[in-house]
Amino acid sequence: MGDVMVMNEIEATASRLGIDQSQIDLDSIRLPPGESFGIISDDEEVYEDDQLEFDSGFGNIIVVDNLPVVPKEKFEKLEGVIRKIYSQIGVIKEDGLWMPVDPDTHKTLGYCFIEYNTPQEAELAKEKTNGYKLDKAHIFAVNMFDDFDRFMKVPDEWAPPEFKPYTPGENLQQWLTDEKARDQFVIRAGSDTEVLWNDARHLKPEPVYKRTYWTESFVQWSPLGTYLATVHRQGAAVWGGANTFNRLMRYAHPQVKLIDFSPGEKYLVTYSSHEPSNPRDANRVIINIFDVRTGKVMRDFRGSADEFAVGGTGSVAGVSWPVFRWGGGKDKYFAKLGKNMISVYETETFGLVDKKSLKVENVMDFCWSPTDPILALYVPELGGGNQPARVSLVQIPGKEELRQKNLFSVSDCKMYWQSNGDYLAVKVDRYTKTKKSTYTGFELFRIKERDIPIEVLELDNKNDKIIAFAWEPKGHRFAVIHGDSPRPDISFYTMRTAHNTGRVSKLTTLKGKQANALFWSPGGRFIVLAGLKGFNGQLEFYNVDELETMATAEHFMATDIDWDPTGRYVATAVTSVHEMENGFNVWSFNGKLLYRTLKDHFFQFLWRPRPPSFLTPEKEEEIAKNLKKYSKKYEAEDQDVSMLLSEQEREKRRMLKDEWEKWVNEWKLLNEEEKLERQELRDGEASDEEEEYEAKDIEVEEVLDVTEEVLPFDD
Amino acid sequence: MRPILMKGHERPLTYLKYNKDGDLLFSCAKDHTPTLWFADNGERLGTFRGHNGAVWCCDVSRDSMRLITGSADQTAKLWNVQTGAQLYTFNFDSPARSVDFSVGDKLAVITTDPFMELTSAIHVKRIAKDPSEQTGESVLILKGPQGRINRAVWGPLNRTIISAGEDAVIRIWDSETGKLLKEADKEIGHKKAITSLAKSSDGSHFLTGSLDKSAKLWDSRTLTLIKTYVTERPVNAVTMSPLLDHVVLGGGQDASAVTTTDHRAGKFEAKFFDKILQEEIGGVKGHFGPINALAFNPDGKSFSSGGEDGYVRLHHFDPDYFNIKI
Repeated sequence: MGDVMVMNEIEATASRLGIDQSQIDLDSIRLPPGESFGIISDDEEVYEDDQLEFDSGFGNIIVVDNLPVVPKEKFEKLEGVIRKIYSQIGVIKEDGLWMPVDPDTHKTLGYCFIEYNTPQEAELAKEKTNGYKLDKAHIFAVNMFDDFDRFMKVPDEWAPPEFKPYTPGENLQQWLTDEKARDQFVIRAGSDTEVLWNDARHLKPEPVYKRTYWTESFVQWSPLGTYLATVHRQGAAVWGGANTFNRLMRYAHPQVKLIDFSPGEKYLVTYSSHEPSNPRDANRVIINIFDVRTGKVMRDFRGSADEFAVGGTGSVAGVSWPVFRWGGGKDKYFAKLGKNMISVYETETFGLVDKKSLKVENVMDFCWSPTDPILALYVPELGGGNQPARVSLVQIPGKEELRQKNLFSVSDCKMYWQSNGDYLAVKVDRYTKTKKSTYTGFELFRIKERDIPIEVLELDNKNDKIIAFAWEPKGHRFAVIHGDSPRPDISFYTMRTAHNTGRVSKLTTLKGKQANALFWSPGGRFIVLAGLKGFNGQLEFYNVDELETMATAEHFMATDIDWDPTGRYVATAVTSVHEMENGFNVWSFNGKLLYRTLKDHFFQFLWRPRPPSFLTPEKEEEIAKNLKKYSKKYEAEDQDVSMLLSEQEREKRRMLKDEWEKWVNEWKLLNEEEKLERQELRDGEASDEEEEYEAKDIEVEEVLDVTEEVLPFDD
Repeated sequence: MRPILMKGHERPLTYLKYNKDGDLLFSCAKDHTPTLWFADNGERLGTFRGHNGAVWCCDVSRDSMRLITGSADQTAKLWNVQTGAQLYTFNFDSPARSVDFSVGDKLAVITTDPFMELTSAIHVKRIAKDPSEQTGESVLILKGPQGRINRAVWGPLNRTIISAGEDAVIRIWDSETGKLLKEADKEIGHKKAITSLAKSSDGSHFLTGSLDKSAKLWDSRTLTLIKTYVTERPVNAVTMSPLLDHVVLGGGQDASAVTTTDHRAGKFEAKFFDKILQEEIGGVKGHFGPINALAFNPDGKSFSSGGEDGYVRLHHFDPDYFNIKI
């Protein structure tokens, strides 16, 4: 980052010269005209980026080669044919077709130029007609006009590529080595984007890096937390580094709308959608897959939005995002849902596995196992119930079906993988006999067991609507919110109990909870039952091991909930969908509010993910067993910090009190000085007792009555 | 203690003022009649009839004989507190927004709103001892600030006038020459319109409340920023306890947005802050509209709040209040 380095140098120079920087108004400095002193203007970056996009202005022109050479008489006919072919693809500009003629022979030269309205159309035309067979002798060779320059510049002689010496990069994982084992998060509020440490001990966030206009739409961490991605008009960029955030790589993709990392953060998928010049056509979609580290485009996909908008739910502007779903572990495969097929690509070649898509008639939805190269796919009922709906598991790359389950009178299916890929739950909505309403059941697949046994689970009251479903991460339990909206019930199930490993059994049902969303701790065991939106941000922190509520709380109007990657803290946020109360709260896992921060126009709160732990399961178990031993050190540290804090707090209060005392004394003095003058203003009214009221407890004894009575004295 | 709910106004409250002895409470509202109450039990003593528009502000003389009111009917009126009789009417060409008697009650500062082509202005009027000798001419007229001047008060010894308003800048003027002496720094000052201003009992410092969701404490002589109190809602009204180191902020969601949300979202609370530590100590709920006016009884043992809902709530503190420790 240029400006950061420059700033450091300035600081160094300033301290050498003994200049106090805070005294200098940087804005008042004027450079002599024509001199820049090597200082980069804030906008220079922008200019540079702009050039990428508008390098020649001829981006909408294509050159069609290998046309027949025709005499003058046939010129118009040929022109007509070409015009017919090319106006199918896009709107050719007026006078946009030019076929040069040899001035001597009056014959055409065998090529022509076509100018479209937009570069997108030109590109599409190139793609579609390159290699077009007009007849046997004339196979079109279509190129972008812009490319000609580039082709011409290719030197005839091969020169060996320049050898760049290896320069070690920064440690991009530096944040994981934090001594206090804190986690980072990024927030976006107004035009500022800020990365902060969650310093729970000090009950406040500690700033790491802040930048105004860092991104033009949103930010996103890579799945292992190494990079922070920003989105700009010209493309996406990723940031990271040891101590601060430097730009590591840029990915040019004009008007990029959405981005998605592969789970191992090796690849970045970018998406944009462009308005067609012909309003009747579908939007044109461009998807690029970049290698994150080299910035190279590994594969691009172009086409009309229709091709990308098949099946699926949760669509973004007609396309369900992410279009490509990654699977098979280690970024090996990615797959896309198409019409009657699933296209599975592998990252070794970036081509289709076996060079062909997986044909599945009418497939509606699919999802990858989070760990294994297994696809779960759902095909709805066909032929009015003659052919039942089915869910099947397909192994990649062999494409053989591992397991299949036929389902009857299904209205909808949803698939939920457990995070280790051990279990798959399929929520099946079925029609009742009258077909007037639906009821829900679950099909539970045990993937890791022999033959993949399937179990059917129906809720106690099978007419209950399912509001939410969530697997315990890395665990064997799941939670379901079911029932009617004002006060639904929440049930917990386990896939194995101590004496009954092969059957699902219910742990408990919590009746009448104000919740509509489930947030498991990433470590399992704890869950936040949240009532977002209509429930105004009710939170219940629940321990599933003990089956007891740890705390209930409220973050009024909360819209988002996010666990930190270690499962120690929970953040709740009110984002700018609401006008008021914008900001975030950070809670401990057991529901204690640690601190709250208010920020207007709050858009995003994202914890920085952590890569999976290197500890073996045995080691983890050992630590869990001897937790007391390990936690001793941290407890001592905690105590030190809290002592220090209370000490600091006391000190701060004392200072504030002293300072205030000083003010008050000064005022008293001035007030005394002005006393006479004030009396004069009041016409000498002596009652200038600017009486200070004081709170005093005064006991008053008042004698109400005294009576004397003669008592008979008996002896 | 349970608050005393005083229902006498038919429109939102705009201003509350205790007399020096703390036995009377004057309330102004958008209905046209300022009302006088017993500050102890909330009994209504009477109303001052004569204005023909919302009454924005009032002040009472030190001897509790004279009341001055500023109204949207483009007048400021002097009243006999005892009889409720109108003594004099100052006529302006635009609504009168705020009024304040000087030390000694011989002068009054009145601010007028921008209206038609007129800009806002601060007028200084001489107040005659005998109402029959009262004239309407201004001793001094100050102009300059943009937008409404929501509040103008006298500085120590009547030497200065402190003004604050929609342009979010606090200004100190020389009350003799009309020269602008000081202007609050834009960096440290309020970011949005200042809605209210309350002086300490000895006039040495004052508190301003702003729509930027904060209140700030300033030195009246040097205009030094001393404290800032941050809250979650636009601040419409501020006051300071004369007894303890507490400040009270009132406000709430803008009235126009209230109906669109849950009543809890409005936060129509009077919030207590520790004056020195700038920390929130507590809140008093009750209004179901934004709080527009707050006033502390000069004895520090009760305070009242007036809301957009048309109620005045009079709160006498419980004994525990005087032992709050933080």
